[in-house]
Amino acid sequence: MKVRLTVNGQDRSDDVEPRLLLVHYLRQHLGLRAANVGCDTTSCGACTVLLNGKSVKSCTVLTVQASGQEVTTAEGLAPEGDLHPVQRAFRAEHGLQCGFCTPGMVMAATGLLAENPHPTEEEVRAGLEGNFCRCTGYHNIVRAVLTAAGTMSTGATTSTESAQ
Amino acid sequence: MIPAPFEYAAAESAGHALELLAEYGDDAKLLAGGHSLLPMMKLRLAVPSVLIDIGGVNELAYIRTDGDDLVIGATTRHADVAGSERVRSGAPLLAYSAAQVGDPQIRHRGTIGGSLAHADPAADLPMALTALGGSVELMSPSGTRTVPAGDFFTGYFETSLEPGELLSAVRVPRQPGADWGYQKFVRRANDWAIVGAAAVAGRVALANMGPTPIRARAVEQALADGAGPAEAAELAADGTEPGEDIHADRAFRQHLSRVLTRRALEHQRG
Ligand SMILES: Cc1cc2nc3c(=O)[nH]c(=O)nc-3n(C[C@H](O)[C@H](O)[C@H](O)COP(=O)(O)OP(=O)(O)OC[C@H]3O[C@@H](n4cnc5c(N)ncnc54)[C@H](O)[C@@H]3O)c2cc1C
Ligand code: FES
Ligand code: FES
Repeated sequence: MKVRLTVNGQDRSDDVEPRLLLVHYLRQHLGLRAANVGCDTTSCGACTVLLNGKSVKSCTVLTVQASGQEVTTAEGLAPEGDLHPVQRAFRAEHGLQCGFCTPGMVMAATGLLAENPHPTEEEVRAGLEGNFCRCTGYHNIVRAVLTAAGTMSTGATTSTESAQ
Repeated sequence: MIPAPFEYAAAESAGHALELLAEYGDDAKLLAGGHSLLPMMKLRLAVPSVLIDIGGVNELAYIRTDGDDLVIGATTRHADVAGSERVRSGAPLLAYSAAQVGDPQIRHRGTIGGSLAHADPAADLPMALTALGGSVELMSPSGTRTVPAGDFFTGYFETSLEPGELLSAVRVPRQPGADWGYQKFVRRANDWAIVGAAAVAGRVALANMGPTPIRARAVEQALADGAGPAEAAELAADGTEPGEDIHADRAFRQHLSRVLTRRALEHQRG
């Protein structure tokens, strides 16, 4: 079945089976491997991407459902060689250990900040309810999102050093 | 996990979806947000041979005021119901309930019509619709009928939707300023209620206390007779036969229903 969609700003058209999950399309057909499959049951959020700017779990979206729409993955957040403020803040605040959950966390956080640019700590925790991390214990992740909110609203660019 | 193969058709309008339903018959299933159906298909608990996607039907995604009612189109996403000023002021319990469904990603995809049609007794929106005394509009090629919540949920994951029909809209009475309370007992993030209780303007509904969302009529009667919240809530489990699972046995669910009903009545917001 023919699909046409925009992935990270690039128009794609492909012929896919209706049952092809979006996460498999991204990983296997486009080679975009940031979105991970963790649970495969819509629980862990490792597969989170943005669909028309809103966070979704790509293990529970069919590629055909995304036809005609815009998909953003962690690879598409910043121009090549650069980091998005959310990515920068995760690095600065040590918001990751093994990194498995990180692309999903970063995309969920980016979606959250688009909806609510000045979240409280409690709102960040609620906003990341759909993302599980088995390593960091969440504190640094939450701090990273709050840091990103700060830098994005002031327009400042945080470097690893200045955020310490 | 990969669903079994199926054919896919995207409906362009509600009428087109009905035509496709008539064409494909029993082998077809409607796909709205896909957040109940796709997980079941991945586990091969559901193996439809055709999916008719109504997720992109714009004419079914709206929130309107119609006289004394709030009318919400079936494919309106949970996040849009939760965030709508119109819903928050006219039926705050409904907006709050939609905000309790799963997590943000799930609320960006799941739809109010899909949740009601799925009719999970542990789900949030069926309980909310029952507490609010709302109804659903069911559309078929021969017209649209309106069915009250109490007649719509007929059994465990069963509704009075007929083959070839689609749920087109949800209708709830506007009650701005009415007292309401909402309690959901869970043990894990983004989960369904082990037991839930919703109270609004003297009506009380329970989730996961039987095969459908139910009214706690003994509680409602006691309140009408002047009982206080604590006294009325003691009657919450009367006549219920909740199921048992790894989360709770029957006695614990009945206990939860009393505690949650009391809290819902005591922590009312207006
Ligand atoms: C991890 C996880 C956690 C969740 N947690 C909760 C929770 O805490 N509380 C809660 O209430 N729900 C929860 N849900 C379920 C979620 O609310 C779903 O969005 C909802 O149950 C189904 O809506 P949908 O639009 O995704 O429907 P779909 O999955 O697309 O469809 C569900 C069923 O309804 C039928 N259908 C859909 N739309 C219509 C229509 N307009 N007319 C007739 N039939 C229709 C379909 O054919 C299918 O049988 C959770 C889901 C997941 C995956
Ligand atoms: S892999 Fe999609 S939510 Fe876990
Ligand atoms: S950093 Fe390892 S799962 Fe989150």
